[in-house]
Amino acid sequence: MNLTFSPEEQAFRAQVRRFLADALPGDIRERVRLGRHLRADDHLRWQNILSAQGWLAANWPTEHGGPGWGPVERHIFDEECAAAHAPTVVPFGVNMVAPVIMKFGSPEQQQHYLPRILSNQDWWCQGYSEPGAGSDLAGLNTRAVREGDHYIVNGQKTWTTLGQHANMLFCLVRTNPDAKKQAGISFLLIDMQSPGITVRPIITLDGAHEVNEVFLDNVRVPVENRVGEEGQGWTCAKFLLTHERTGIAGLGHAKQALRHLKSLASRIEHRGKPLLALPSFRLRVVKAELELMALEVTNLRVIAATRDGGAPGAESSLLKVRGSELRQELSELTRRALGPAALPFFPDFLHGDAPLDDANAQSASASAQYFNRRKLSIYGGANEIQKSIVAKTILEM
Amino acid sequence: MDFALTDEQRMLEETLTRLVADQVSPTQRRAMLDAPRQAPSTLWRTFAELGLLHMPFSEAVGGLGGDGTDLMIIMQALGRGLVPEAYVAGLVLPGQLLALTANSVQQTRWLAPLLEGEHQLALAWQEHGARYDAFAVSTQAIKHNVQWRLTGRKDVVLNLEAAAAYLVTARLESGKLGLFILPAGTPGLSLHLYRTMDDQAAGDLTLDDVTLPDENCLSEDVSEALIDVLALGRAALCADAIGAMEEACDQTLAYLKDRKQFGLPLATFQALQHRMVDMHLHLEQSRSMAILACTSLSLPADERDYKIAAAKAYCGESARFIAEQAIQLHGGMGMTEECHVAHYAKHLVMFDHYLGDSDYHLETVSDQLSVA
Repeated sequence: MNLTFSPEEQAFRAQVRRFLADALPGDIRERVRLGRHLRADDHLRWQNILSAQGWLAANWPTEHGGPGWGPVERHIFDEECAAAHAPTVVPFGVNMVAPVIMKFGSPEQQQHYLPRILSNQDWWCQGYSEPGAGSDLAGLNTRAVREGDHYIVNGQKTWTTLGQHANMLFCLVRTNPDAKKQAGISFLLIDMQSPGITVRPIITLDGAHEVNEVFLDNVRVPVENRVGEEGQGWTCAKFLLTHERTGIAGLGHAKQALRHLKSLASRIEHRGKPLLALPSFRLRVVKAELELMALEVTNLRVIAATRDGGAPGAESSLLKVRGSELRQELSELTRRALGPAALPFFPDFLHGDAPLDDANAQSASASAQYFNRRKLSIYGGANEIQKSIVAKTILEM
Repeated sequence: MDFALTDEQRMLEETLTRLVADQVSPTQRRAMLDAPRQAPSTLWRTFAELGLLHMPFSEAVGGLGGDGTDLMIIMQALGRGLVPEAYVAGLVLPGQLLALTANSVQQTRWLAPLLEGEHQLALAWQEHGARYDAFAVSTQAIKHNVQWRLTGRKDVVLNLEAAAAYLVTARLESGKLGLFILPAGTPGLSLHLYRTMDDQAAGDLTLDDVTLPDENCLSEDVSEALIDVLALGRAALCADAIGAMEEACDQTLAYLKDRKQFGLPLATFQALQHRMVDMHLHLEQSRSMAILACTSLSLPADERDYKIAAAKAYCGESARFIAEQAIQLHGGMGMTEECHVAHYAKHLVMFDHYLGDSDYHLETVSDQLSVA
């Protein structure tokens, strides 16, 4: 066994690092570094740069225009992006619906949608959760009734991330209310411009407009926009969720957050000494360091298994649980490190374009991010759900 | 980056797992623990025949030149079976110190028979009141012409009873740390034998003006070699603990599936499922740390010691967690001598203490924490 990257992999890392240093616009880097929300245009500018480089669709095979990277390259790329304060690629198109279209979509759907994702022409959002169906996703009630060449869709979706910018929605709908829970679901691609769609913002506890409610009121969707067979939606949904959980440990982000925390805590003074010398604080940083070391090796184990032909299975649940816990702890420690400086809340600066003096700007996002990071143990299947998945699939309880 | 085992390593793992399953059932283990300790056991002789005793030593001293992964495979299998043989205390620690310090005459006398399974040794590095600090040594060695005279006391020496000789650290007049080999029965030595909390044979060793010829001095400056050997021992112990954690988890899971309360198997209760998953998460994260430790042995000393301290601290806490949960989930049964998992629990708690507990190693990580 060895834990070292090959010379080729190290050269790849250097190449990614050089690219990020040259190509990432300074204003975007600064917005990410300060924890400010990105505008739609910021996302698009960066994703167009990645697209031109051929690196937008990191997970895609070359036949569809991906760079042909393996799991190791993807891991290195993610890690370097986080370290460079590059925006996370909006995943709903390129990382979520695209693999479903590749696996279950018709040739026409593939030819139409995949190039548009690759060129950032379409902005996708996700219609999964409903007010009555969160972790129990299969309990969804949005109805689609066939009427000739169309489905008439009625219902409500929620937690639709960045839906305010999207022009396309992939959506789980119930096409057969009489079939058993999972069997009556279909997977539809819906144009957000369709009459009957209303998007309403949900403001989260950090003041951000990141998620939305989407109301569907007699929305007409052409039958050709169904992916896979009618009633096969749950298969697509499960397939998509395994992709959603890949890389969900957010290790690159955790590493960056720990680096930032250590640097902060050695500059901030507590009674004339660096905060990092305060034993109770230092111990928590040390424990976070250990957890990160363990998580990194576990992540490499999963990556190596995937590279050697295994499928990411329940280990991704493990990574999700421990990774989210670690990132939450790091956001807590960062907030504590700043102390009183973490108290002021500047929503117009964080979520808009309002200016702010430099001293406040440097610490403005800490509390908002701490509250925002609570989502990590809730989304993508709450950590309790993950534990039940491990209990069922690995431990067969 | 590669986590796969070679064909030879897979064979080693299979052979050893089979051997342990055949020869170390709970009843056989009890009998081995109760047997007289002086002569090497049948199992130890089998280890010798299989080359397991040669594995962790370099070819230069007659070993097989196994690496950290080989050591990990061996230790994990031994930990899984809770094998009552002093592989670390009686072979790896003293043997590696001999390999690093002994001259060829001393190696022929002490190391060669060790690798052949003809005798075992013990390392006396710990002193009363010094907790886990291997350098807080007050045992003294003073040289008179061609002889050394040693006085002091060493605590909790594992494998003391079975050892043919003891490797003893002592402070020299130069202020440096010396290393001596004392054959069992040397006049001036007295042994206070006992068992540790997990039934391992151990004892205190008192040296009352022990006289030794110069040929029994292995080193007049053993610090660096001692640091190397303790690092090796800690990595090996982490792997041993992984084996024991695996088995404690497996036995607990089997019990939850088997035992019924309120008309249902315990495994159907979500509170218990999630506890079981937490044990599993601790195990898998610790396995990663043990891999980190065992693949760090060839790194420069600073980097190696940082990673191994991190691993020992992490695995120590997980071991205690898994031990406590295993007892809790077995309910009243887990409290009994008869319940096999209780012995794993004791071994896992012992592991945390042995060669420095998690507080000791957390301090090392804390002292060397990089801020860059």
